[in-house]
Amino acid sequence: MVSFAGNKRYCPYNMFNKVILPILYCFLGMGGILFFSISISSAREYDYINVSNPFLKKTPIAVTEFKAFNGHDTEVKEGKTARYILKEALDFTGYLKTMNSVAFLSNPAESGIQLGQINFIDWTGIGAELLITGGIIENQGKVTLKLRLFDTFKTKLLVGKVYTGSRSQIRQMIHLFCSEISYKLTGRGGVFNSKIAFVSTVKGKKEIFTCDFDGQNIQQITSHKSISLSPSWSSDRKWLAYVSYARGNPQIFIKNLKENRGAIVNYKGMNISPDWMPGQLKLAAALSFSGDQEIYLLTVKGKIIKRITKSWGIDVSPKFSPDGKKIVFTSKRTGTPQIYIKDLESERVQRLTFKGFNNTSAAWSPDGRKIAYVGIEKNNIDIFVINIDSGVPVQLTMNAGDNEDPSWSPDGSMLTFTSTREGGIPRIFVMTVSGTDQRRLLRLKGKQTQPDWSMSKN
Amino acid sequence: MKNRAWINLVMVVLVAGLFLTVSCAKKTVVSDATTIEDQAKAEADAKVKAAADAKAEAARIAQQNLEDQMASEKALKEAKVMAARKRFENQDIHFEYDSSELSSMSKMVLKEKAAWLKTNYSVVVTIEGHCDERGTTEYNLALGERRASTAKSYLINLGVAASRLDTISYGEEQPKDSGKTESAYRENRRDHFVID
Repeated sequence: MVSFAGNKRYCPYNMFNKVILPILYCFLGMGGILFFSISISSAREYDYINVSNPFLKKTPIAVTEFKAFNGHDTEVKEGKTARYILKEALDFTGYLKTMNSVAFLSNPAESGIQLGQINFIDWTGIGAELLITGGIIENQGKVTLKLRLFDTFKTKLLVGKVYTGSRSQIRQMIHLFCSEISYKLTGRGGVFNSKIAFVSTVKGKKEIFTCDFDGQNIQQITSHKSISLSPSWSSDRKWLAYVSYARGNPQIFIKNLKENRGAIVNYKGMNISPDWMPGQLKLAAALSFSGDQEIYLLTVKGKIIKRITKSWGIDVSPKFSPDGKKIVFTSKRTGTPQIYIKDLESERVQRLTFKGFNNTSAAWSPDGRKIAYVGIEKNNIDIFVINIDSGVPVQLTMNAGDNEDPSWSPDGSMLTFTSTREGGIPRIFVMTVSGTDQRRLLRLKGKQTQPDWSMSKN
Repeated sequence: MKNRAWINLVMVVLVAGLFLTVSCAKKTVVSDATTIEDQAKAEADAKVKAAADAKAEAARIAQQNLEDQMASEKALKEAKVMAARKRFENQDIHFEYDSSELSSMSKMVLKEKAAWLKTNYSVVVTIEGHCDERGTTEYNLALGERRASTAKSYLINLGVAASRLDTISYGEEQPKDSGKTESAYRENRRDHFVID
């Protein structure tokens, strides 16, 4: 049996991060950025931060007040709003930490926000490794944002962007800039224009909802007044598949979110756990019309393309690998529910989990190397991440209610999940892939479950 | 005038006296024997009628008793049928954690259900599979379906037509007891039988 070596190993390293690293940093002074430079010397130029690294230290980033070019009240007010949205978004990532502006030694909103106008020693001196300056021009509802990201140690402009739009588009513009920052720092676009679909009760009935990555802009998608479950985004985000009892037995509803069209997968028995194939309008789902639960590949109209699993007993919850060539799923073929991977072409099946007696609800990481899943031991329901190559699981949640339904952020830096840690009522939470920064995502009446994180909009 | 009034008054008294005299005279005409004869006949008639009435009443009471008895027997029978139906609907079968296997207790209950289904040959039943809240939503949907279909297969083996048995899984969506105790979990791991 595979032990929890990974988990045990994690703890001392965490100590290392929390206690020893900061001390080292004090001695090294400028060592912080050097640390990154060394660790990524063989990587691509933009790899400042490896979001998959479980021993990630948060990078301190200073966000200055926005320069109001005309200086009128509306401009100043919108500048404050924009800065607030920016700081919230950066802190959401789990790998950046915005600094308290009380510590700032200079104010670029007055002294200038461009490269030549920044005194970088003011920023390295207070430990800011990254710096963002902002400027705003507001004219009759039309807003222009000038945003710059600097590397304070290299005294270099990393990203410079100008956005123009209406006042109501400030949030969108800030998030576009955050995506640019994310791309520069991590090589990936980040989470800033992704969405999350989830289930919430409305008057005791389960309906499908969506919201932005940060829990804002909550929208109710279904009104079946029944039991609706398991929402799944297509990778182009135009389609949502989910399960509903609206017509009696559980059926899969395939819904185009913009155009009022779709299909219903309504074979006899059970039609559950849909997942979209990356980049294609095809789905995998568990159907039981044959008298046995098996996983099938379906068209967007619900027609069966082929049967994927061929094993008596429970086969459920398929999730595609990012390249669409494999699926990970839950099967009870050996007597207890465990996680398996099947290669769709060679049809080879590999068992992934060997620890515990109840492992379900797998989700494939966007980099293809890890699987998140739910493990139950002695009534403790927790989220684990297992490295496919090493087979070593790491436990991410512990002693905090029941934790279920893990789903990866599109950049692989975070996981969203369901937890009952607050008063026993299921709510949607997020955390980094290393299990840090666990917090509730949104506030909404009722019980929320089964979050599914979309891809980012290209 | 005064004298006239007096005369009138005397006249009234006289006329009244005359009428009284006549009525006294008539009474003396009726013979005693006839009176006795008539009285005897009336008594005899009354006796006969009373006897007849008593007989009729006895018959009516007997009939009433019979009807009452039949009604109560019918009610009892109906109550028994109703009780059997209620028992069929209310008696769930229970499962071990993460299991869809039938216990010997469950098999006994299913045998009783099969017997009832054979007596009530027109009834169609939906078997609902349920799970406790442990385990993930989708896995529990699958497990609940297994639980329902295991019971269905067992009933089919006992001679119930497959066409009379539907199954549906509610996974962990409809717990009977929303508590978080072992006994609540046990209560929730069940097949429930619904008459369509």
